[in-house]
Amino acid sequence: MPPIVSIENLSKVYASGLHALKDVNLAIDKGEIFALLGPNGAGKSTLINTVCGIVTPSSGTIRVGGHDNRSDYRAARRMIGLVPQELTTDAFEKVWDTVSFSRGLFGLGKNPDHIERVLKDLSLYEKRDNRIMQLSGGMKRRVLIAKALAHEPQVLFLDEPTAGVDVELRQDMWRLVRRLRDQGVTVILTTHYIEEAEEMADRVGVIRKGEIILVEDKVELMRKLGKKQLTLHLAEPLAALPESLAGYALHLGPGGREIVYTYDTQRERTGITRLLTDLAAAGIGFTDLDTQQSSLEEIFVDLVRGHTGAAP
Amino acid sequence: MNLPAVLAIYRFEMARFWRTALQSIVAPVIATSLYFVVFGAAIGARVQTVDGIPYGAFIVPGLIMLSLLTQSISNAAFGIYFPRFAGTIYELLSAPIAPFEVVLGYVGAAATKSIFIGLVILATAALFVPLHIEHPFWMVAFLLLTAVTFSLFGFVIGLWADGFEKLQLVPLLIVTPLTFLGGSFYSIEMLPPFWHAVSLANPVVYLVSAFRWAFFGKGDVAVGVSIAVTFGFLALCLGLVTWIFRTGYRLKS
Repeated sequence: MPPIVSIENLSKVYASGLHALKDVNLAIDKGEIFALLGPNGAGKSTLINTVCGIVTPSSGTIRVGGHDNRSDYRAARRMIGLVPQELTTDAFEKVWDTVSFSRGLFGLGKNPDHIERVLKDLSLYEKRDNRIMQLSGGMKRRVLIAKALAHEPQVLFLDEPTAGVDVELRQDMWRLVRRLRDQGVTVILTTHYIEEAEEMADRVGVIRKGEIILVEDKVELMRKLGKKQLTLHLAEPLAALPESLAGYALHLGPGGREIVYTYDTQRERTGITRLLTDLAAAGIGFTDLDTQQSSLEEIFVDLVRGHTGAAP
Repeated sequence: MNLPAVLAIYRFEMARFWRTALQSIVAPVIATSLYFVVFGAAIGARVQTVDGIPYGAFIVPGLIMLSLLTQSISNAAFGIYFPRFAGTIYELLSAPIAPFEVVLGYVGAAATKSIFIGLVILATAALFVPLHIEHPFWMVAFLLLTAVTFSLFGFVIGLWADGFEKLQLVPLLIVTPLTFLGGSFYSIEMLPPFWHAVSLANPVVYLVSAFRWAFFGKGDVAVGVSIAVTFGFLALCLGLVTWIFRTGYRLKS
């Protein structure tokens, strides 16, 4: 199946000289949830805005559902819903009117049933006759999502959807995104809350200084780059690790009460069995053990740091 | 053609108009009544007729033009400036809509509003002075043409302005003086030759003159010249709007 969004050799240099996107290539599959991760200023919003037609690319091509987003912009844009990062709403319009306006703007006739469904899905239906300025920040965020869904898009861009949003709305949003995915909608979200990507995404892309430095299936990414650590809680504190264990990547914990063994899950052998045997031979007993896997957040920090070469 | 989008923009803008009905409709009516009281009663008592037309009736076309120009410009300018200011422009830029359709929605709504206000002023004026319209068809045609042209001009200002001050700058500092000096309240024939010549450089003279011709069958300059000047300005504004959308000036980065 051809990708629903395909980005080829996309570059953007702003008038200020800022090179916001550098030769970006990216293919988004239909029906997936794709999380675009990156630090502030990495080019996440520029990338999204370029696909949506708000920013003009310097070079490269973008296709949405096979339609070039410049030469065939009507067909391309009709497929896209965009929830911007900033809370940019009208003030005096009523919720129902502003959502209906969005539907009209995307070339569709009135469909009160659909608008009603969208508002109900977002717990906005009770507020439908309120003016937007009377709503709280979280409610305004919901209005923006409702506007983006008003024309039944097949690709939904969520630019930092949960920035400054309370727990309840965040969970509502995650539920909504999953429901949309079940309906076949492709969701592309940017975030710098890694846990969000970890929770939601099928695939993860990492962008840094305008370059996509990695695109990977989330589970695969965590398996590949994730390190595991085995912690052994010792029966008797150790002053130092015995010579016989020097071959292992071991680290003696505080007070000599635990030994931490870091191993790579990618390796054919983890070395655990041999380590335990060697420990027994050295006469070291332990009372308990546990293992930990690095989170996506740790992987992300490693990745971004690794590329700057700054921190160890 | 994305007709639902044009209609959505048009309705959105008209809703804004009705929401601020007091300011949009009542204010021009009061202002017009004041002009009649001040100019009509005070000056009209001394200047009986201009060019054979009773002074009270003589100023009606100019008064309508004054409101038509300022309302067209400010409505259209505000209509497109506010989404830029508030950031809601993102939706317009990401919608499957051609620039021409955006202009049609905004300029269409702004022109509708100012024509409506023009007609309200005409009705108000009819309460003060007996009115006879010599060329009703041309009266309506000039009303339309002027409203569309200056709404387009206002749209350009709304795209160009990068603050509320600039938004008001052109209507207040350029258009209002030009209208007052454009023969709204007098015939430029009454001026000394030098100022008469200077006045011919003021585009508003041509608008007021043509409009007055539609009412009374006579104006300061030939109707054909007036029409040519108005269309010239319309073409200029169309050119500017086209250039703005083509380059994305102040709209896209």
